[in-house]
Amino acid sequence: MSVKDQAGTEPPREPILAPGHDLVSITDKISSLVLARGASRGWFVGVAVCLALVTLLMVSLAYLLLRGVGIWGLNNQVAWGFAIINFVWWIGIGHAGTLISAILLLLKQHWRTSINRFAEAMTIFAVMCAGIFPLIHVGRPWLAYWLLPYPNTMGLWPQFRSPLVWDVFAVSTYATVSALFWYVGLVPDLATLRDKAVGRPLKMIYGFLSMGWRGATHHWDRYETAYLLLAGIATPLVISVHSVIAFDFSVSVIPGWHTTIFPPYFVAGAVFSGFAMVLTIAIPVRAIYGLGDFITMRHIDNMAKVMLGTGLIVAYGYLMEIFIAWYGGNEYEVFMVKNRMLGPYAPAYWSLILCNVAIPQLLWSPKIRRNVRLLLAIALIVNVGMWLERFIIVVTSLHRDYLPANWNMYVPTFWDWATYGGTIGLFVLLLFLFVRFMPVISIFEMRTLVEPPHDEGADHTGLEQTEVEP
Amino acid sequence: MSSIESQHPDGKVQRREFLRLMGASLTLGGLGACTRQPEERIFASARSPESRIPGKPLFFATAMTMTGGAQPILVESHMGRPTKIEGNSMHPGGFSATTAPVQAAVLGLYDPDRSRVVKRAGRISTWPAFLGALREALDGLDDAGTGLRILTETVLSPTLADQLWSLLGDKPGAVWHQYEPVNRSMARAGSEIAFGEDVQVLPRFERAEVVLSIDADFMTTGPASVRLARDFAARRRVRAEGEELCRLYSIESAPSPTGSLADHRLPLSPARIEAIVRVIARAVGVELEAPEIDSLPVQQRNMVQALVDDLKAKRGRGVVLAGEQQSPAVQALAHAMNDALGNNGATVDYYDPIEMEPIDQVESLRQLAQDMQAGEVQALVILGGNPAYTAPADLNFPEHMAQVPFCAHLSLLEDETSRRCGWHVPEAHFLESWSDTTIYDGAASAVQPMIAPLYEGRSSHEIVAAMAGFVGKSSYEIVRAFWKREAFTDDFESYWEASLHNGWLADTAFDPRPVTLNSSLAEGLAEGPVVPPGGEIEVILRPDPMVWDGRFSNNGWLQELPNPITTLTWDNAALIGPATARRLGIETEDLVQLACGERMVEAAVLVVPGHADDCVTLHLGYGRTSAGEVGSGLGCNAYQLVTAGSAWSAVGRLTPTGRRYPLARTQLHHSMEGRDIVRSANVHELSDQEHGHHEGPAHTLLAPPEKNDGPAWAMVFDLSTCMGCNACIIGCQSENNISIVGKDEVMRNREMHWIRVDSYFEGDESSPEILHQPVPCMHCEDAPCEVVCPVGATVHSAEGLNDMVYNRCVGTRYCEANCPYKVRRFNFYLYADYETPSLKMMRNPDVTVRSRGVMEKCTYCVQRINEARIHAKKEGREILEGEVVTACQSVCPSSAIEFGDLNDPDSKVSRLRMLPQHYSLLEELGVRPRTTYLSRVTDRNPDVSRS
Repeated sequence: MSVKDQAGTEPPREPILAPGHDLVSITDKISSLVLARGASRGWFVGVAVCLALVTLLMVSLAYLLLRGVGIWGLNNQVAWGFAIINFVWWIGIGHAGTLISAILLLLKQHWRTSINRFAEAMTIFAVMCAGIFPLIHVGRPWLAYWLLPYPNTMGLWPQFRSPLVWDVFAVSTYATVSALFWYVGLVPDLATLRDKAVGRPLKMIYGFLSMGWRGATHHWDRYETAYLLLAGIATPLVISVHSVIAFDFSVSVIPGWHTTIFPPYFVAGAVFSGFAMVLTIAIPVRAIYGLGDFITMRHIDNMAKVMLGTGLIVAYGYLMEIFIAWYGGNEYEVFMVKNRMLGPYAPAYWSLILCNVAIPQLLWSPKIRRNVRLLLAIALIVNVGMWLERFIIVVTSLHRDYLPANWNMYVPTFWDWATYGGTIGLFVLLLFLFVRFMPVISIFEMRTLVEPPHDEGADHTGLEQTEVEP
Repeated sequence: MSSIESQHPDGKVQRREFLRLMGASLTLGGLGACTRQPEERIFASARSPESRIPGKPLFFATAMTMTGGAQPILVESHMGRPTKIEGNSMHPGGFSATTAPVQAAVLGLYDPDRSRVVKRAGRISTWPAFLGALREALDGLDDAGTGLRILTETVLSPTLADQLWSLLGDKPGAVWHQYEPVNRSMARAGSEIAFGEDVQVLPRFERAEVVLSIDADFMTTGPASVRLARDFAARRRVRAEGEELCRLYSIESAPSPTGSLADHRLPLSPARIEAIVRVIARAVGVELEAPEIDSLPVQQRNMVQALVDDLKAKRGRGVVLAGEQQSPAVQALAHAMNDALGNNGATVDYYDPIEMEPIDQVESLRQLAQDMQAGEVQALVILGGNPAYTAPADLNFPEHMAQVPFCAHLSLLEDETSRRCGWHVPEAHFLESWSDTTIYDGAASAVQPMIAPLYEGRSSHEIVAAMAGFVGKSSYEIVRAFWKREAFTDDFESYWEASLHNGWLADTAFDPRPVTLNSSLAEGLAEGPVVPPGGEIEVILRPDPMVWDGRFSNNGWLQELPNPITTLTWDNAALIGPATARRLGIETEDLVQLACGERMVEAAVLVVPGHADDCVTLHLGYGRTSAGEVGSGLGCNAYQLVTAGSAWSAVGRLTPTGRRYPLARTQLHHSMEGRDIVRSANVHELSDQEHGHHEGPAHTLLAPPEKNDGPAWAMVFDLSTCMGCNACIIGCQSENNISIVGKDEVMRNREMHWIRVDSYFEGDESSPEILHQPVPCMHCEDAPCEVVCPVGATVHSAEGLNDMVYNRCVGTRYCEANCPYKVRRFNFYLYADYETPSLKMMRNPDVTVRSRGVMEKCTYCVQRINEARIHAKKEGREILEGEVVTACQSVCPSSAIEFGDLNDPDSKVSRLRMLPQHYSLLEELGVRPRTTYLSRVTDRNPDVSRS
């Protein structure tokens, strides 16, 4: 957590913390978002809209449990649809959070400090949304626990060769580690909120959540160790989770799914969509809450660069799919590619290329990278593009596979859209609650960015300990 | 339920009475579990155990009467409940196979919409009240019974005919009319032109080398279709090098299953068919004025010349067959051609007609309508049939019915006719009543009940007996008394027992009879129809392949059974050729108006490659208004275009309405896209390298699989004989308790059939090669579905079956997504009906009824395998070859399906797998399917240039 080397390595670049901030101003600024600012009318309107969407989700789920998965557009040819598409999309979005908090931490990318907290929150919320889908996707959701390996009197275990079982482990591990990582990182800030909160109920709640954090040296010592360990555990997960999800497809025999490039290409796509989502959230939050000092143009610029980079990997993936189909000479693969480009779902395919390959090329221009409105638009487009990518992979591969007699179409129904929209509502609702009740930026980590360190911080609980080397 | 309703029509029950009823119901409920059994003795067939053992089905022989002839069947009965129908191969004229409608008869029996009570003017009444009213109506007539009319369908029951004749003897003023929309009028008229008498034709394909079918779909329609499909298929199989096939030429308008097997198929509109038949007839030596072959259009000339040469070269070894709906002239010319070619008596046999009273049915109905209009009909008793719906539109039959003071209708369902009759009497289903009937060769067959009438249904025998004054006589007594009198035997009891046991009455089949061709035949031929001028189009009306004339409209199995080739379900459609569709600017699912004079219908278009140009085919049996829950309101009523003068064709105008109508088809894409899916080869090319024998994928790193002990099950489909009739689908449905899903769900591609028959069109769209491929589960040895199931709900058995464990399935559908053949079926909703009591009785108790959220698929009829295994184990032996017969295999009319043990090198499947035309579908995937195929083998005439 040292800031010593930062000044040395990147002097000419924009700061990652606007000048003029000291430890007090950072603490006040961030904690006031929770403690002083209160809930604005806009916040209430936003929450109301989200609650409406969550209600829609609940109604969709109730109807689903009542009738069965037939309420969706699935059929015997396209047996997987929105549930799988949305699952992969949400899991992918979550990746940016883990990447920022774990990998960038290990790589000592200090610019991550102001964005890691809500990126991690985003991860958890995205995984929550993602986690709904595999459960409700099965025909008999009340038996979904059979995918878990639990000892039972029948001696029945999951069938471990199935990638869906791997998914269960990958996603549950990922959800657990992400939640732990996020919570551990929150503890010192929760203590700050506890100390600054006015009124007993708030103090009680934040006090309970901060688990008796006093900022003692040994607290900091254990914190740093735990955080680093979790970062170490989370790092391979960034790679593994989406690789395992890619196995769902690449293990199969279906043209368009059975592709060895899928695991790395899925990971890149996940990071791509994740950064797009971080930008989608960061840009409005920064504007609304006046966090321009903490989330500076440097952050925005860096994230845009990551998006550009991963976007190029994804584009390479698309190119390789086409190339290998041609080079491999397998007639079904060749047809699959042609069908994507010229078949009934061609508009979706070309929209995907536009969203994920063409438009992100604008990010080569520094001017565009620093135009937040334009960048927000691009980030939203990439989100759409990545959703389309999953749609293309799932639907166009299945709807016309080996035997032309089976060929059929997949048309999503109202309930498909309602469930999807509902999870978006849930995701945004959780973000609203997070912004309102939790420190959206890591206070104590931001304080480490202040240079040179001042003594004013001494009257704030335990924060003088920040200088402990990891 | 029905008895309570009949006693308390207002639905009000007093408290005391309620308690009494409750007590009685509880007691009866206990008794009811023992199922209702008829008191009369019926005799189980040979395949059954000595006495009833719980869980062991019994098989009874009976027969199902269909248009033009009955089909002998064996009915599987579980604890008194008929559940499955098989063909009766013990019957001299029967086979183990059946047609689709026969398979669906059990659903007809348990149809919850069946009429349950006698009704008078729509209100609940009773059988005694009906008998009283009937007596009163008959007493109101004079002694001769003038004004009494009885309308039946084609009567094939000797007993019923005898009853009617004796009734008419007593009442000479009464008239017996017969009408059903699909009848032998055309064939009879043709036969009378040709031979001066009415005879039936039975081709003998076993002796034939060349067949010309003139719009004759002999393999799937007609009373002898199963027999003909068997015989013809036997002549189309190649099992050794150098075998010759029986070559088939087909001239037809709409592609039919038989036509799809033709080596040369010429699609032509009806008027053009008639013209070309004259040309061919003249060319083969019939004395007739007709143009030369050279006058034909180029594309036809070549084939017709080759056909004529072929027929002439194979004198006495050819068959010319005309379809039942072809005009009398075409029928007569077919007879004349057979005569000219020396086929009569050699490859074509003639029999007396099997109808009890052959008459011109349309004329009979026209007479009845006319008399009703004139007020001459005082009492009309309609025994079966649905004339208010099926009568030709120009007779205004339903309107005239209103003028009849006493009108009674006996029917299974309260249909259009019932609603127009003062009295409606529920009919006993043929599986719950005694009768007799006649099969195609004249052999009388016993019809015995499998179960007591579910809803107090009555038979025609009882009503006719009541009219004759014998009230209360049961059908059993009537039928038995008739045969006691008719059968010239000393030991009637043994004769009767044997007849019921075997399903037929000995010594009743007809012998072939000689015929003499009318020398002045040409003069009797009416002028053929002319090709209508531009702007008009020929309209071809045909019975629907599944719901027939509408009698099976309420049968969900038949509604959801895809029509052969088009795969249309739940509707009829205006079938039209691609070129004509383009010319008229219409496409599939466009709603068009078909107007013939003043009569018109609106129908959805379905463009069918291989359909003749300048004509449109519309199937009867749809547009029902009172068919029941299932069958009402589907499609359009083509009877609107049927006239007394012309039942099967009309000339009309086709106008697009600009609206659309969705059609539910199970297959939307009929091109193979150049993929190696259905292989076909000419018989002489078979030994070529291209069709070389493959044993597993050519390159694999995997070790060959180890052989298991015991059987290794495998199935082989012979695509040479599969004609795409879809009987296997319904046989499977009945055996395996497969749900129907309804039109909406079919449109969403969620039909549940475990076996499907894919059809592909290859080549020129105007006259393509039509290929069929039945696809059940392939039971892959390296099954892609098994690896991906997260809960192990689909696993491999030691004998090579890919088993589904329904209660372990959580429904991830991963197996379905990963199946390259897409043969798995998912219960997206709760498709199985767990509520309706009658449908519960219908189910096969050996097969689980699947609930919502569970995957299912073909099991190779594992319940039949297990039964055979238990049987074999009890006898301390191995399962024998041929002991396990899957449902699809047993029902296949052309024996295109073989099933057996691969570990037995002498088994049929093992030997078929050694043939050069054997191949696996998608072999390159290396999943090693156990279900494999034999290529379609054709016998093209080298003289026909393939342009």
